[in-house]
Amino acid sequence: MAAWSRFVDTFFKWDVIERYFPAIAKGMVVTIEVAVAVVITGILLGLALAVLRSFRVRVVNALIVIFVDVFRALPPLVLILLVFFGLPNLGVNLPSFLVLWLVLALVLAAFAEEIFWAGILSIPKGQWEAARSTGLSSLGTLSYVILPQAIRLTVPPLTNRTIAITKNTALGTVIGVAEILNQATTAQAFSGNATPLMMGAIAYLILFIPVVALGRFLETRFAWRRI
Amino acid sequence: MEAIIQQFFNLGIMAEAFPLILAGLKQTIIICLIVIPLGLIGGLAVAMIALSRWRTARWAVIAWIDFFRSIPPLVLLIFVYAGLPFAGLRLSPMAAVAVAFLLNTSSYYGEVYRAGIESVGLGQWDAARSTGLRGYQALAYVVLPQAVRNVLPDLVSNTVEVVKLTSIASVVALPELLYSADMARSVTFNSSPIVLAAVIYLALLWPVVRLISRLERRIAT
Repeated sequence: MAAWSRFVDTFFKWDVIERYFPAIAKGMVVTIEVAVAVVITGILLGLALAVLRSFRVRVVNALIVIFVDVFRALPPLVLILLVFFGLPNLGVNLPSFLVLWLVLALVLAAFAEEIFWAGILSIPKGQWEAARSTGLSSLGTLSYVILPQAIRLTVPPLTNRTIAITKNTALGTVIGVAEILNQATTAQAFSGNATPLMMGAIAYLILFIPVVALGRFLETRFAWRRI
Repeated sequence: MEAIIQQFFNLGIMAEAFPLILAGLKQTIIICLIVIPLGLIGGLAVAMIALSRWRTARWAVIAWIDFFRSIPPLVLLIFVYAGLPFAGLRLSPMAAVAVAFLLNTSSYYGEVYRAGIESVGLGQWDAARSTGLRGYQALAYVVLPQAVRNVLPDLVSNTVEVVKLTSIASVVALPELLYSADMARSVTFNSSPIVLAAVIYLALLWPVVRLISRLERRIAT
């Protein structure tokens, strides 16, 4: 019994929960704001790059591949520190919220481009030829024939990748973005109690379990049919 | 231009920080050597339970996987490193990293293995068992080799993610690559050490990222 009450006192202390609930809630709002901004801009940029790549201009494609590879190979935290501490020395001062958004959106765009491009490649060449022969322009072919089929294939991998990258919003705490983890560690330091960390973990669960479950559903719903 | 070179590609500062960063790289490699095998083995265990015939175990392990896929690894790491001491369990940075990463990566590896094992037809199991192989032998000699081959791109790409993930160990002051580079940055007020660390990450991971793209194409066609 003593062990149990000690456990509750350490991780679920009621007056600590009451005191820091508003802070964690504020952190949730910030996390949601960054996440939504990252998902929208990252996926749109990735799609735009994949479409650009399908025109097969050699120089452009080489640049896209380099961008994609670099942003897939570098840890996001390295990029965040580089942008956050590097740019001010050049006279560019970006607020930390913007740095986090920018870096994560670029990382997501890189992964999304690769996924969309794989989707576009998976559509047989005959589809292009057939669509063009009906008189559609190449842009028309892409937007009415190829992309609708390609995007369907990209839904499961894109969802999983998007979830993984969105969770990286927690990295914002390192540069002082007041998101959930930042609020939780600050509160933990002030209260000298681990309850705020538990609150932070629960806040993430509330935000992400529905999304992870959705990803699981989409995976079965849009599953590749193996031939 | 001059300012950019001074600020990001200052060779003098890079040379000065090089020994520190090399020591960091060594730590990063040690973390990888601990964390990747742990994740691969833990993931296999998770996948085996997720595929077991016992429904309660199956549901429990799927809840476990989704739980750890929902918590950002950095949150998990800080919880283990800074939260557990309040409950009397104080771990060294390396042990905290190992525990947090095991929980996180085994969930991801587990999902990859599961997809791989599910992609191998049930007939393979039956055929293997009918030749007299025991269950674990059928798994080890017949099913797993095919399963791993089917999900090889995902296994490799997940491993790249784990290597990238080791950079968050810097937050609990484990002196790995990024931590050392950031130390050098804060002493010199210059970003070149971080650029050097980025170059090292690129040198390690770019070939693998290229390999993944090629593997994915090969499977797609």
